[in-house]
Amino acid sequence: MAGSNKINITPPRWLLAELTYACPLQCPYCSNPLDYAKYPSELSTDDWKRVLSQARKMGAVQLGLSGGEPLVRRDLSELIRHARELGYYSNLITSGYGLTEERIVELRQAGLDHIQVSIQASTQELNDHIAGTTSYEHKREVAHLVKKHGYPMVLCVVIHRENIHQMQQILEMAEELGADYLELANTQYYGWAHANRDLLLPTQEQFEQAEAIAQAYKERVAGKMKIYYVVPDYYEDRPKACMNGWGTTFLTIAPDGVALPCHSARELPGLDCPNVNDYSIEEIWTESKAFNFFRGFDWMKEPCRSCDEKEKDFGGCRCQAYLLTGDMYNTDPVCSKSPNRHVVQEAIDSAKSASLAPGEKPLIFRNSKNSRDFA
Amino acid sequence: MTIDPDKNIRFSPTHRLQWEEAQQKDVILYPEGMVELNQSSAEILKLCDGNRKPQQIVDELERKFETTGLRNDIIAFLEVALKNGWIKQD
Ligand code: SF4
Ligand code: SF4
Repeated sequence: MAGSNKINITPPRWLLAELTYACPLQCPYCSNPLDYAKYPSELSTDDWKRVLSQARKMGAVQLGLSGGEPLVRRDLSELIRHARELGYYSNLITSGYGLTEERIVELRQAGLDHIQVSIQASTQELNDHIAGTTSYEHKREVAHLVKKHGYPMVLCVVIHRENIHQMQQILEMAEELGADYLELANTQYYGWAHANRDLLLPTQEQFEQAEAIAQAYKERVAGKMKIYYVVPDYYEDRPKACMNGWGTTFLTIAPDGVALPCHSARELPGLDCPNVNDYSIEEIWTESKAFNFFRGFDWMKEPCRSCDEKEKDFGGCRCQAYLLTGDMYNTDPVCSKSPNRHVVQEAIDSAKSASLAPGEKPLIFRNSKNSRDFA
Repeated sequence: MTIDPDKNIRFSPTHRLQWEEAQQKDVILYPEGMVELNQSSAEILKLCDGNRKPQQIVDELERKFETTGLRNDIIAFLEVALKNGWIKQD
């Protein structure tokens, strides 16, 4: 096993609880695995409570409740109440679909700290097209209600070729809705987004234009609305410091109880990701093969191994290395020092020619029928 | 944004200040983020309870730590806290 010496194991700070893969929306950039339909089982309420307690004891304090659509879980309030008693700061990451005022109040009373609502675009037509579901008006209503009930309001918009031209309008919409934070998340090409990459990846010029607009706006609303801009790594020359270092900070639990060092790790070969039904969080975090796999630097190949930047970016993302080069030990191909950087350039070129080609092929929407085709 | 000497300061209702046993530190929690505090910052923020004006916070901490001359440092920290949205004056 790579990097198995247990030096410097820091406790988890972030627990990402993917409560379910069920979701009424069908976003074609969804980060859930393509073959999620293969994993229909879900942890019980008691299992989740145990996981929350164990992770909290180790030091986890930020709790992300996501999915799929976490609102689908009927025990959501009960889990939030448990999390609040343990001292978590809980973040509900939702499409807002099906969220009523009554439920917003109920979640607040249970101790929920924050609701992040995603909107797909600044217009109804495009939002509903990308979500694969009529949802725009309802999402706007939810954003108002979130604000009304005293939650900090975080709006999240995933950016890609179909909505990047709306950057200015998206910013205006967020300001008008009174968002305290706006997350502009350039699509990360894993899962469904990877399958749809030719149709989602914008050109460099589009990125630069959109980024300039966002930067200018950021200065204008400083002190009022915080803007987080998630960079599009295909157009960078250094990779992101993925997960702040493998097994250092983040712990993701998938709906069926599989513990993951990052939410795409399920797709990496030979990691044998452990299940919370079989092991405690402490055992998983400190002893499991999966969480020790890429800890530290011993697993690295060249050019990362002798690179003086490895403590800054940890060689980038293992899932991206695997997805784009077929070898999870490789340098993240986004890095300009990677001998595989050309695969990123090819992806950019391929997306560009797809955008110019007459009669684009259709987006593959994220739903169970399509997922079964991938399984 | 600067600190108004005549207004009470309260901790932001959309942030949470909390002692973390695992880290042996006070932290500020907010949507998807966390700031670890050193002891003096935490002492200042704990007095931002909506019932004190800036000078009262200074007086109280100087009394507590039996010292003088803390004013500049405390006000400078409160400015930072205000800019980061950790505290409010209204
Ligand atoms: S990205 Fe869209 S489809 Fe995927 S879980 Fe979130 S709301 Fe559902
Ligand atoms: S070679 Fe590896 S460690 Fe060096 S900058 Fe590139 S990804 Fe980071």
